[in-house]
Amino acid sequence: MGEVIVITSGKGGVGKTTTTANIGTALASMGYKVVMMDTDIGLRNLDVVLGLENRIVYDLVDVAQGNCRLRQALIKDKRFEHLVLLPAAQTKDKSAVSPEQMKELTEKLKEEYDYVIIDCPAGIEQGFKNAIAGAERAIVVTTPEVAAVRDADRIVGLLEAAELRNPQLVINRIRPDMVKKGDMMDINDMIDILAIELAGVVPEDEHIVVSTNRGEPAVLDANSLAGQAYRNIAKRITGEQVPLISLETSNGIMGKLRKLLGFKA
Amino acid sequence: MDLFGRVLGRGSERSKNVAKERLRLVLVHDRTSISPQLLEALKEDMLKVISNYMDIDRRGTEVTINSDDKSVALTANIPINKINRISI
Repeated sequence: MGEVIVITSGKGGVGKTTTTANIGTALASMGYKVVMMDTDIGLRNLDVVLGLENRIVYDLVDVAQGNCRLRQALIKDKRFEHLVLLPAAQTKDKSAVSPEQMKELTEKLKEEYDYVIIDCPAGIEQGFKNAIAGAERAIVVTTPEVAAVRDADRIVGLLEAAELRNPQLVINRIRPDMVKKGDMMDINDMIDILAIELAGVVPEDEHIVVSTNRGEPAVLDANSLAGQAYRNIAKRITGEQVPLISLETSNGIMGKLRKLLGFKA
Repeated sequence: MDLFGRVLGRGSERSKNVAKERLRLVLVHDRTSISPQLLEALKEDMLKVISNYMDIDRRGTEVTINSDDKSVALTANIPINKINRISI
């Protein structure tokens, strides 16, 4: 039996889809069977980030409404055999699927896959409710900004209300140079405020722009710092111990960040 | 901010601290935002219990959540008409 993990944030534009694509791809590269599900009906993007946009025939809504079999809607990744995408519909809206249908769908998927990674839409309405309906674990993505952390806090509350306890945090697009200067909130500031466990920290990285342009997740790029960070997050998801911050031994935020990212000090 | 202060790195607070403080305040507010319906239900329950012990002015009763920078408090202002004689 696999595990269903929802990637959510509240605020848009913080990197949910990029995080989903990279975690999914990293898990597949480790040998796990993975399905990524785009639940942003009407505004699908996960297909584009993965470079699979030209292969879509059926989608999530087709499956939910019985227009096709589940297997027909799953798109095989170009790089990994056991990695598939269930795309969102582009022409419907969020009400085309119900939380009950989502639950049924994730139940089916986790029979066959080790990880079901759900890309949640921005917001807290129907799309969010659909995305979390079948989830057993949640990863909340935020960036070091007041608006993003505020929305993350709200999401943590809503997840708890839906009995999705102990969500983990991914802090995305952090800039060590700005943190060092005191012009960006650091990791501890955000963990203190949100009071949730850290899954990982992803630095701002130009490679992400390039990899998104190409439709190839950054985890496949050995030179990408963000890719390295996502690989570590994927390992932590599987339960592997990849060292997080050690405050006592780190020298400054750069040292902390390097440690967090899994580099040797 | 004067140039001298900027050169010496003084005079104005680092923007990270400004962000933290603003975030803290906005979250104090967000986390205590209780719906009017819930507050009304709470008020009704409180009135029911208190009415067992004293005669109170239901119309004059006010129940509010007050938050300042440091704390959040539930405040109830309940005018008493008459205290019943109770034998307990």
